[in-house]
Amino acid sequence: MRTVIFRTIAPSLAAIMLVFSVFVLLRGHNEPGGGFIGGLIAASAIAIYGIAAGVTEVRSAIRVPPLNIAGFGVVIAGFSGLLSLGEHVPYLSGLWAFIPFGNSEVAISTPMVFDIGVYLVVLGTVSAVALALEETEEDHHD
Amino acid sequence: MASDLDLSFTLVALAPFFAAFLAPFIFRFLKEYSSWALAIVPAAIFFFLASFIPAIVEQKLISAGFIWIGAFGIELNFFLDGLSLTFGLLISGIGTFIVLYSGAYLKGHPHQGRFFAFILMFMGSMLGLVMADNLIALFTFWELTSITSFLLIGFDHSREASRRAAIQALVVTGGGGLSLLAGFALLNLVTGHWNMIDMFQFGPALRESDFYLPILLFVLGGAFAKSAQFPLHFWLPNAMEAPTPVSAYLHSATMVKAGVYLLARMAPILGGTTLWGTILPIVGGITLLWGATFALKQTDLKQMLAQTTVASLGLMVMLIGIYNEAAIIGVVLYLLAHAFYKGAMFMISGGIDHSAGTRDITMLGGLMRKMPVTFVATILAAAGMAGLPLTIAFLAKEEMYGALLHADWMTLLAQPQDLLAVIVILVGNALMMAVGLAILFKVFLGPEKPTAEHAHENSFSFWIGPATLGVLAVLGGVMTDFINHNVVTPVASPIIFSDVEAHLHLGFDLIIKPAFILSLLTWVLGVLIYLAIGRIRVNLAAMVEAANISFDKIFDWLMFGLVRLSDAVTRLLHHGRLEIYLTLVFIMFAAVFFGPLFLMQVEWQPLQIPNLHFYEWSTIVIAIAGLFAVVAAQTRLQAIVSLGIQGFAVAILFLLFGAPDLSFTQFMVETLSVVILALVMTRLHLDQADNRVRADKLRDGSVALLGGVGVTALMLLVLQGTLDMRLTDLFAATSVAIAHGHNIVNVILVDYRGLDTLGEISVVMTAGIAILALIRIRTGGRQVGIGAPKAAKRGGGK
Repeated sequence: MRTVIFRTIAPSLAAIMLVFSVFVLLRGHNEPGGGFIGGLIAASAIAIYGIAAGVTEVRSAIRVPPLNIAGFGVVIAGFSGLLSLGEHVPYLSGLWAFIPFGNSEVAISTPMVFDIGVYLVVLGTVSAVALALEETEEDHHD
Repeated sequence: MASDLDLSFTLVALAPFFAAFLAPFIFRFLKEYSSWALAIVPAAIFFFLASFIPAIVEQKLISAGFIWIGAFGIELNFFLDGLSLTFGLLISGIGTFIVLYSGAYLKGHPHQGRFFAFILMFMGSMLGLVMADNLIALFTFWELTSITSFLLIGFDHSREASRRAAIQALVVTGGGGLSLLAGFALLNLVTGHWNMIDMFQFGPALRESDFYLPILLFVLGGAFAKSAQFPLHFWLPNAMEAPTPVSAYLHSATMVKAGVYLLARMAPILGGTTLWGTILPIVGGITLLWGATFALKQTDLKQMLAQTTVASLGLMVMLIGIYNEAAIIGVVLYLLAHAFYKGAMFMISGGIDHSAGTRDITMLGGLMRKMPVTFVATILAAAGMAGLPLTIAFLAKEEMYGALLHADWMTLLAQPQDLLAVIVILVGNALMMAVGLAILFKVFLGPEKPTAEHAHENSFSFWIGPATLGVLAVLGGVMTDFINHNVVTPVASPIIFSDVEAHLHLGFDLIIKPAFILSLLTWVLGVLIYLAIGRIRVNLAAMVEAANISFDKIFDWLMFGLVRLSDAVTRLLHHGRLEIYLTLVFIMFAAVFFGPLFLMQVEWQPLQIPNLHFYEWSTIVIAIAGLFAVVAAQTRLQAIVSLGIQGFAVAILFLLFGAPDLSFTQFMVETLSVVILALVMTRLHLDQADNRVRADKLRDGSVALLGGVGVTALMLLVLQGTLDMRLTDLFAATSVAIAHGHNIVNVILVDYRGLDTLGEISVVMTAGIAILALIRIRTGGRQVGIGAPKAAKRGGGK
């Protein structure tokens, strides 16, 4: 599978996919997209990079073990709901802040943080599984 | 109701838990002085509770608390009446001495901090239990006492015997707790209340309800397990594996009395029926005789005490079952007497063990001169145990005999069940007295045994508890007016649920009462049994040997059987053959879809060919072609990729029919599953070709068809009817207005049903961890770890 063309394109492709995944994640509240699909795109990017460049390369590139990313995702998703307790509304109630930004305004919200958590969980879990499967015997003994 | 009262009550129940949390740290700083610091907590609670005595004497009911889970009517609320106050004072008062005593007993033990934490947690649970008003709160504290006692009995966890005893106690009392929960749930069903105060008003109607029998049996099951009633008594003697302070605390004054407390508490609601008056005296009577008899067989001081505790609990259950005023006064007095003398006795036995190095009564003798203070304390406690005049136990015994004696002897003879009860109580008391005498005389009098050589009087912390309790056991019997006014009346009244006027007094006219003749008989019999104790012990031991069966063994068989059963079930269901797992899963899948079709007896409308565009038809054709490609595929990889064709075609259909979100996700899922399946293939070194024989193919094919047809049929059925659009409309109307999002799917996922999503992503991650573990196991050799392996990190550095 490691053809020259694929190996050359894969890093750029993975980079574009990662950026695109963030785009999909953030537009998700109003357009098709969201944390789950964004996470899947990001995980595919990592999987593709892994097939092209080898798992060792990917692991050193992302620095953090993928499952830690997933764990962090669960944590921030869970914590995003705690903020609502301060406002005396039930756990996980959406809180919104609209910050003026030029002519427009930027919406910051707890559901967005929650969605980022979903994104990280999907990204972390799927890429952890994909990378573990991509690892060949040689990767273990180098 | 003042809110600071609410707060202070809740604090009383929770303070021991805070103290428990701090105990290990306090121990780290204060070392052997930590027991003095920690004893402040129970002492403070004791004085706080004692401040309510005047109010309680005036028959006031003090209640306080917080709403816990309002939606279910569950509150964390407490109330004090005479009964709970007495228990609270015993728990905190004896608890103070126990904490001091533990400090001395466990001196130099490395895990003393942990021990204090456990015992304080237990104290808190017990205080909560006796003060709780709400049944759910009571149940929670009830189970907490089981759990903390498990920790305490198994404190010496490196020994197998204590581990076994701990598990046994947990299984029996925890199992009883479940029975109790069932009883409480039924009580709530019948009365509509969770608070006991409300239930008291409901008494007569409840006793006539159809649920009375199950409620009674469930509640009794819980109380009997906790209070070690026959045939669930066996865990209590085994629990003597615990350090002695634990035995003194849990098994004299507190935990085992929880069952007695519950029975007394429930008596106004459940008591007074023929059933109550039959079950309790019979079970209690058997327990009394059984425990008292087997106490004679023992030579270990703690075992003797444990068996007599079983007997005492039986006596109290019996008296609550008789449920007349004199019997309840007898219980109240006996409760106090037993807490005092048995607590003292346990602490004394620990002191003797500590000093002489053994608790075996045949190895001990002549300790009187070496341990004078302990000796005096033992005289007081043994006098209490024997129920000699001037002790509380004496008054208790007079009352309980009085409860059964009627106007004269002739009426007693005409009532065989009362006569039987009198005989049982008399024999039981005599047996317990013999045990008390044995402890006093064999250990302290007679020639000095070799063990006495090194014996010495223990430190203050060792004897202050037993001495105080011993003095109380006697003092209480003298100050009859005080006891009448401050204890008996306020405690007995809520049990009987009417005003009790106690009339205890000391005087020579007691002697002419028929009850006194029974007391005399008890003493004579007790002395006779004591004199024959050596022979009785040998005979009993021989009998037990000959019987070769015990409840302990039966418990072991049951536990062993349970383990075997779960093992068999696990093997049956979890055999490790993936083919069968998958077949079962898909058959169930099909059944779930077909079931409703058969059950609902649907009428099928003729299928209409939908009017679709050319490109929509082409996509469907591609999907079908993909399926044929899967079936026709020569190699497995081909099949996997072909499955992708079908998946993509369906994703396009989603797109065409206006579900871009779904389609988007479907594309990604299809891509990733093809990639992952292909990776798994290479990973597992599977053959390229599919090697199944024809029969296997037929079987798998039919299961697949069944599942597919089931899904299709259900989908068609759903489309036949009209869809309920209410939720869709609601979401469409509100998603922008209240959740600021146009993408309804996303709004539902992250906002409306955020908690579900939180659960789902946790499952996703857990599944990921499991998959990773499985993959790593296959590779073997390397350490299984989550996250990047070290090898990869080193590789990355190159």
